[in-house]
This record gives sequence, C-alpha cells and structure tokens, in this order.
Amino acid sequence: MGNYHLSHLDQLEAEAIFILRETAAQFENPGLLFSAGKDSIVMAHIARKAFYPARIPFPLVHVDTGHNFPETIEFRDKYAEQIGARLHIGLVQDSIDRGTAVEETGANASRNKLQTVTLLETIEEQEYDAVLGGGRRDEEKARAKERFFSHRNDFGEWDPKNQRPELWNLFNGRKQPGEHFRVFPLSNFTEMDVWMYMHREGIELPSLYYAHERDTVTRNGVILAVSEFVQPRDGEVVERKKIRFRTMGDATITGAVESNADTMEKIIEEVAAARQTERGNRADDKRSETAMEDRKKEGYF
Amino acid sequence: MDLLRFTTAGSVDDGKSTLIGRLLYDSKSIFEDQLEAIEESSRKKGDENVNLALLTDGLKAEREQGITIDVAYRYFATPKRKFIIADTPGHIQYTRNMVTGASTANLAIILVDARKGVIEQTKRHSFIANLLRIQHVVLAVNKMDLVDYSQEVYDEIVTEYRAFASRLGNIVNIMPVPISALEGDNVVDKSTQMDWYEGSSLLYHLENVHVGGEENHVQARFPVQWVIRPQSNEFHDFRGFAGRIAGGVFKPGDEVVILPSGFTTSIKKIYQDETELEEAFAPQSVCMTLEDEIDLSRGDMLVKKNNPPEQGQDIEAMICWFSSSPLQARAKLVLRHTSKEVKALVSEIQYKIDIETLRKIEDDRSFSLNEIGRVKLRVGSPLFYDNYRKNRHTGSFVLIDPGTNETVAAGMIG
Repeated sequence: MGNYHLSHLDQLEAEAIFILRETAAQFENPGLLFSAGKDSIVMAHIARKAFYPARIPFPLVHVDTGHNFPETIEFRDKYAEQIGARLHIGLVQDSIDRGTAVEETGANASRNKLQTVTLLETIEEQEYDAVLGGGRRDEEKARAKERFFSHRNDFGEWDPKNQRPELWNLFNGRKQPGEHFRVFPLSNFTEMDVWMYMHREGIELPSLYYAHERDTVTRNGVILAVSEFVQPRDGEVVERKKIRFRTMGDATITGAVESNADTMEKIIEEVAAARQTERGNRADDKRSETAMEDRKKEGYF
Repeated sequence: MDLLRFTTAGSVDDGKSTLIGRLLYDSKSIFEDQLEAIEESSRKKGDENVNLALLTDGLKAEREQGITIDVAYRYFATPKRKFIIADTPGHIQYTRNMVTGASTANLAIILVDARKGVIEQTKRHSFIANLLRIQHVVLAVNKMDLVDYSQEVYDEIVTEYRAFASRLGNIVNIMPVPISALEGDNVVDKSTQMDWYEGSSLLYHLENVHVGGEENHVQARFPVQWVIRPQSNEFHDFRGFAGRIAGGVFKPGDEVVILPSGFTTSIKKIYQDETELEEAFAPQSVCMTLEDEIDLSRGDMLVKKNNPPEQGQDIEAMICWFSSSPLQARAKLVLRHTSKEVKALVSEIQYKIDIETLRKIEDDRSFSLNEIGRVKLRVGSPLFYDNYRKNRHTGSFVLIDPGTNETVAAGMIG
C-alpha cells in the first residue's frame, strides 16, 4: 500500500474546499466577503479550486468604508474581473446617507464599526442566507470560539454561549427564515499557514503587503500611512519609512510595520520571527479587552 | 509539514490551561501583545501570577467566571509539526464539548493531578476519548513538583490508569509522562528532577507519535457533495461529482458502484482543480468524472463492489445527548450523515451508560443533557454506513431537532 499522507497545507485546503462546497449545497444564496485582504484572496483562490472548471457559484461581496487605499480597490476590481465573478459592493457611505449609520466623531473616529450596519443591510437587501468570511481562529481570542458554520439570528447577532456543536465533518446549516450563517472556511489556518499557502500557490497580493516607502505618522504607538483619510495632527511628525501592512483594513485604523520584506519569502521569515500578532496594530481591537467579541455579537465579520 | 490534532481534558484546577500556556509559550506561539493583554487583565483582577488560562478563555463570560464554557481551538507549530488543540472544559456539564473536541482529534492528553491520582473525571475523559475512537492517549501526571517528583506516586497512578484503560477497547497506545506544567518539567525539555523517568518529554512525543492510522484507506467511500456543471462552451458536457473521500483509494479506470441506484460505471478522471490525479484517498477533496452518464446527486455514494458499506433503514448507535430538553422514545428528528439528510425516529432507547462506573443503566429510558447511551433509529431512506470503529466519516452522524434546528445529539454507528 502506498503512503497515503497529506501535508498540513493539503489537509487545510481539503477542509476549506469541503466547507465551500458544503456552503454551496446547503444554502440558496451565499455571498463571499472579499476585501482584497490576503485572507479573502486565499478564500477566493480556494473557492476557484473547489468549483473548477465551473465559476464560483456565489458573488464577491465587499463592504466598502470609502476609506480604503486605492491599491486595494484596484486589486479588488481586477480580481473579480479576472475570475469572472459578480462583485457586489455595499457602501458605508450609503448607510450614512440613509441615516442608518452615524459617523463617529472625535479624535479616534473610524468607520470600522459602521461596517456592521452596512454588512447587515447588504445581507438583508441581497437576501444572502450565508456569508463566507476569511476569519481565522488564531486571529483573536473571541474568534478562537467561532464555528465553521456560525449561526446568526434575524438581527444578525451571534450568541457565543449557545453555539451549535460541530462534530466530524457534519455541518448543520438549518435555519429559520430571516436568519443567516457566517461561514469560515479558513478557520484552522494560522497566519503562517496563510503565508506558506500563498507562497506555495503563487498567489498575487496587493502591493501594500510588501515593504515600500511611504509617509507615515505614529499615533498611539501605531504607524499609520498618511493619506487623504489620515492627515498629521498638531504635534505629529511625518516620517518617511519603509513599511508594509500585515492586514488590510480601513486606512484610518490599519497600522503598518516597519519592514524590509519585499518578497513573500522574506515576509515568511518575518512572520516566523514576529513577536506581535497581526492584529496587534489594529486600533479597533485595542478599544477594549472584549472589543472583538462585542462587535461580533452585533454582527461584525 | 505534518498536522496533529489533539484534545486536552482535565478537571478544574489540574493545570490544563497552564500546560497549554506552557506549550504555546515555549514554542513561541504566544505573542508579546497577547502576553501584555493577559498581564494587564491579571493585574486588574488582582491575580498574583500571570494567569495563562486567560489565553484560552476568550469569551467575556468565561473570563468573568474563570471557567471554560466552550471548545477553544489553539494553534502552535514546531519545525516538525503543526498542532491544533481542541481545548475543552472538564466539568461534567460540558461533556458535549469534550465529545465535540474529541470528534476531530488524533490524540487526547488526559491530565491527572499527581496528588489526587486517577479520579472519576479521569475515567470520564478516557471513556469519551475511547468512545470517539481516539487511538492515542497521553496520560500527563501533572504537579509532580508537589509530590517531590516521586517515582512511586507516578508508578502507582500509571498502574491504576492502565488497569482501567484496559477495559476500553479503542485506545491503542497510552503514553504516560510525569510533568510539572508550572515548572516546565518534561513538557518541552526533559526534566533534570526525574532521572528515573526514561521516556521522552511531552512535546517530543507529540512531535513524533505516528498518526494517520485513523483514515481508512481500504474501503472505498465517496459521498457526493455537489455536482459541478460549468455550462460553459469549453466544458460543455462536463459533469463532475465533487466531494471529500471518506475512505479507500480511487483511481481513474476503477470500476465503481453507485448507491443507492446500484449502477456500475468506471471513473474517467479525478480532478483536484485543474490537476488530474492518478489516485485519490481520504481526506482529499476532489472532483470525479464518470464514463457513463448516470443520474447522481448529493447524498449518493460511490463505492467499490468488493467491499460495499452496510445499507439500511434501521441503525443502532451510541449517542451523546446535547440538548437541555430530554430525548423521548419515538422522538422524530433529522439525521445528518455524510452528505445526506434524512428523517429519523428513535425507535428504542436501549440503555444509558453511567460513565463514572461504565455500568449500563437499563431502568431509565430518557436521555438528559450530556448523557450517553445506545439507541435504535429508523430512518426515512436507506443510509450507506460503516461501523464507526472502521470509519469515522461514514460511521458518524448528528441528530437535529427540526423544530429548533439545534444539533441535539452526536451518534456513532455500531
């Protein structure tokens, strides 16, 4: 008998493909959240594999804060076109204009929290009964408790204390009308796995992930790129630094790290040596100890 | 790199969280900002030492109450292996979480406090590991520092545990190791305090134990999950059957039988995206095309003629009940097995098991939360199944309450 053995990346990929196909089979109208961040790119890449030679049987969905780096938006549009997927964009600005979301004020205002409103409105308006997300359990302590198939009530809320047990490869996506599921095919990937997988698969990423020179300001210990959304405040010094981003979020809150890693190999070395989690420089998680759990309960990604 | 999934079980205060914290910390999987965050919250709560349990207890309610409510998944890697830990709470009321964590694990670490020895909870955890067919158990005798690293104490515990475990048939390999999670003895490095111990450290064992034996590579099983029909000009007539191989090995040209129709055809090609495979085996996710045009859809299964699965509408199984409303005989439920969903009727509750004593309870025929026992089920259309001992994928199912849509039980056929 041969050596029937799969490497850890092959096992993770097989699991993610299984989850993606299960989502297509159990739901009528799923959407795949696509922010052009690395996790959503990996998820879309695996989705292409899962349904090859057919196209991905769901649209890409982007909740756009309007505060994205232009590189992100460019990449998003190009990618959707390349794989022949429909792209649905939910604009936070539309929610603000409708009055359902209210722009935060004050020094650390961000549109991060408003994304929840727009996401839930998009889900309702497009009648998505499942939304695929690139969330991973290693990212954050509340996410470590997340299921592959995560139930949301008709207000889009998550009840972490009362989750359905998930055993073996059996996923229960049954629900009442108005309820929906969040599905996380990459649950068992770690940040390192994602990088190793992207390297193996030769996945293309937005240039922001690689080290490049940029004007920055340092605010509350977080390095922010100067852009139309982030302008230096009184007393802040603009510094030219060689930086890269470890996660891709709203430009107002996504911190950069100083880095010389301009290739995937170098990034992998850097990730291996990193002493901070990738969300460690996300101002949104720093608001309180349970910031992520609180946002997730309300319906955040 | 290899992957090992393991579960940890232990009762309150026997140092499970400290052990996990130690493994994560010593393998450099805890980041500075995580450590800062838990140092900060330990300070706020007035704890004397940094409470490593806060790393695994992620929910607000868990941190407030200082208990683990739900299964948490943790990750770490060494140059040899990647590890996924299903960290499950030990209290009796959370049996369902232990069962959940164990269902995907290759190995279980069972923690014992050296001062207390083998207690009822140790037996319960072992019973569940055995029930879920975890073949490898590490008996971690913790807090050896508090018994002066005594070989006598350790030997006594190991002997008692082996005597108990010999009654559990599925555990193939028991590896006992004396440790101190707090001091780090025999966790990552061999301890200098216990020269009498000749075995390896816990991590060395986790890195080197042979796993993979739990996949069945003999009896071919391919449950169809999804039919791929591109409807494009390039792939005009393409009909591919997508799914995850649940057992055996499939090759192009192999003759296969389709269940339930019984038609025979052969495999034309096996795809893993664009790549054509020469063979495919569990647990790969693939897409197969067939030589003949045969009606085939989700819930059907491809198998081989010489070793078909069992088929039928009457199933006997061990179940663990997860719901706070008790199971009654004649209850009508939904059963999910491989890619199939059918109606199910609990035709008979045969017995329950007292997992403290392993005795059968035959005079109480209703199942309450966290109880385990044996039932007979009648299902709406035939299942193609194997004994859970032979195949975890085709021998397992969950029961769903069609009223609430909650998953109310896990079942193991046979």
